Amino acid sequence: MIRVGYIALNTYRETVRDKVLYNLVLFALLMIASSYILGKISVYQEVKIIKDLGLAAISIFGMAIAIFVGIGLVSKEIDKRTLYSLLPKPITRVQFLLGKYFGLCLTVLVNVLVMTAGLYFLLFLMSEPFEPALLKAIFLIYVKLTVLVGVALLFSTFTSSTLAGVFAGFVYVVGYFSTDLKNFDSVVDTGALPQITKALYYLLPNFKNFDIKAPIVAGDIVPMTQIVWATAYGLVYVSLLLVASAWVFQRRNLK
Amino acid sequence: MSAVETIGLTKDYEVGFLKKPHRALDHLDLEVEQGEIFGLIGPNGAGKTTTLKLLMGLVFPTEGEARILGKPVDDRRMKAEIGYLPEQPYFYDYLTGRELLNYFGQLFGLSSAERRSRADELLAKVGITSAADVQLRKYSKGMTQRLGVAQALLNRPRVVFLDEPMSGLDPVGRREMTLLVRELQGSGVTVFFCSHILPDVEQLCDRVAILDKGKLVAVGRMSEILDVSIDTIEVVADNVEAELEVKLRPLCRSLERVGDRVRLSCAEQADFDDAAAELMQGGGRLLSVTPVKQTLEDLFVRKVGEKAQT
Ligand SMILES: Nc1ncnc2c1ncn2[C@@H]1O[C@H](COP(=O)(O)OP(=O)(O)O)[C@@H](O)[C@H]1O
Ligand SMILES: [Mg+2]
Repeated sequence: MIRVGYIALNTYRETVRDKVLYNLVLFALLMIASSYILGKISVYQEVKIIKDLGLAAISIFGMAIAIFVGIGLVSKEIDKRTLYSLLPKPITRVQFLLGKYFGLCLTVLVNVLVMTAGLYFLLFLMSEPFEPALLKAIFLIYVKLTVLVGVALLFSTFTSSTLAGVFAGFVYVVGYFSTDLKNFDSVVDTGALPQITKALYYLLPNFKNFDIKAPIVAGDIVPMTQIVWATAYGLVYVSLLLVASAWVFQRRNLK
Repeated sequence: MSAVETIGLTKDYEVGFLKKPHRALDHLDLEVEQGEIFGLIGPNGAGKTTTLKLLMGLVFPTEGEARILGKPVDDRRMKAEIGYLPEQPYFYDYLTGRELLNYFGQLFGLSSAERRSRADELLAKVGITSAADVQLRKYSKGMTQRLGVAQALLNRPRVVFLDEPMSGLDPVGRREMTLLVRELQGSGVTVFFCSHILPDVEQLCDRVAILDKGKLVAVGRMSEILDVSIDTIEVVADNVEAELEVKLRPLCRSLERVGDRVRLSCAEQADFDDAAAELMQGGGRLLSVTPVKQTLEDLFVRKVGEKAQT
């Protein structure tokens, strides 16, 4: 298992040496900072705007990293033929996949932590008391991002980067509006469409489960059980995605 | 136990939109003994790289099986005892040469002290010590090839697979590569390599297999498959009068006039002895005598040509 760790660390190193990542993080921090200015303009609710935008930035930029880096995790190694020298080493294909997965999750974690620090720093500047509830929302954002990394990884095992990106984006959007999909038959009730949307509802991850930004910012109490359930849901989903990725990748001929 | 063994190894690639199968390797049976230098040769597209990819578990066989050191190709303990240089290798370009070797050393389970000393040693051996801390994106093709050789030897493998090891190297590099393979053989390592550069193969290999369009057309010791009986002796002479030429003709396989000289070739030692005697008597002057061995290239052209005709 230590080999999975080495592969993960190398994957982490790959992403932190990529300039794209710095641009994204810089952009995200700028966005959090600009919420400060926005907050100043509006007369009150300054703090609420900062929290809203800050959490949104953590989520959106985390997603950008999860998808844009995630879709290249395997396909880039195949296209560039770096796998040719790696896979004959004493590792299994599954170890390779797990290493890639955890490596990117680590990158995403570091980014989320950096942005979280930025957000709290801003709140501190405004002499706000430390508010641990935000961490609940951020934690679930991170759980969501690990699911998204899994989705990107799965697509990356059988298709090229661009296509995988489109697929992963599609899964996110559809998965987010999953609940609406379920009720789609009340809108259209003819043909196969309701069946398809229903199938998608059960198949795709329901990303709304991880979204507790609004109640947290509004100061509502989000029960711990809800967070535990959402986390368990995420873990199960990630496991399924990893099993599916392994199933695909173990059969793949590397041409 | 043989170092490498393939039994009826076959690979079909699916090509095009219709996934039409294309046979890249057709029932290959090979056995490579431990300690041998074995060359797999053949024209472009013969299936050499495909054979190595099958052995490395990068692609899966359509039929047949392969074993390395008596183990199936996905055996992890066996994989710790082999090294592989891919064709036109490419490595993580965000790493430096030293970092790459360290990473692969980790995967081989080497201790950190071992990784450090092994990396230094190998970087020096392949002559890229000065570029050890340069990112691989700045490496030239030849430097990448050298690093590829270094990573293939990192774990002191018992069997090394090299796909076109000479490609991308300058003449000096080729010479070094040849010496390196000899050195490996000296320490008991089995070397299995593919090449289409025949003179290199000829100087290096104990045995060769010739592959063409996925099929094995010849395999054996160099001395066996290069038929010694058809060696020829080439002679250049001058002062050959027309009368003398008539006497020489029946003794030669070919005879041609080049300016005021005559170039002739004899198929047998006895013919040459007679021809030399005639030359002396008839006032001709012997300028040079060269025994010409059949080269691997001749054989290669003949074998591959034969098949093309049938
Ligand atoms: N990924 C692939 N997809 C389809 N055909 C391939 C692929 N790789 C190789 N081939 C075909 O298989 C045959 C053997 O190729 P290869 O093993 O690369 O030959 P060599 O290394 O001897 O030059 C060729 O006809 C080649 O076109
Ligand atoms: Mg080749």
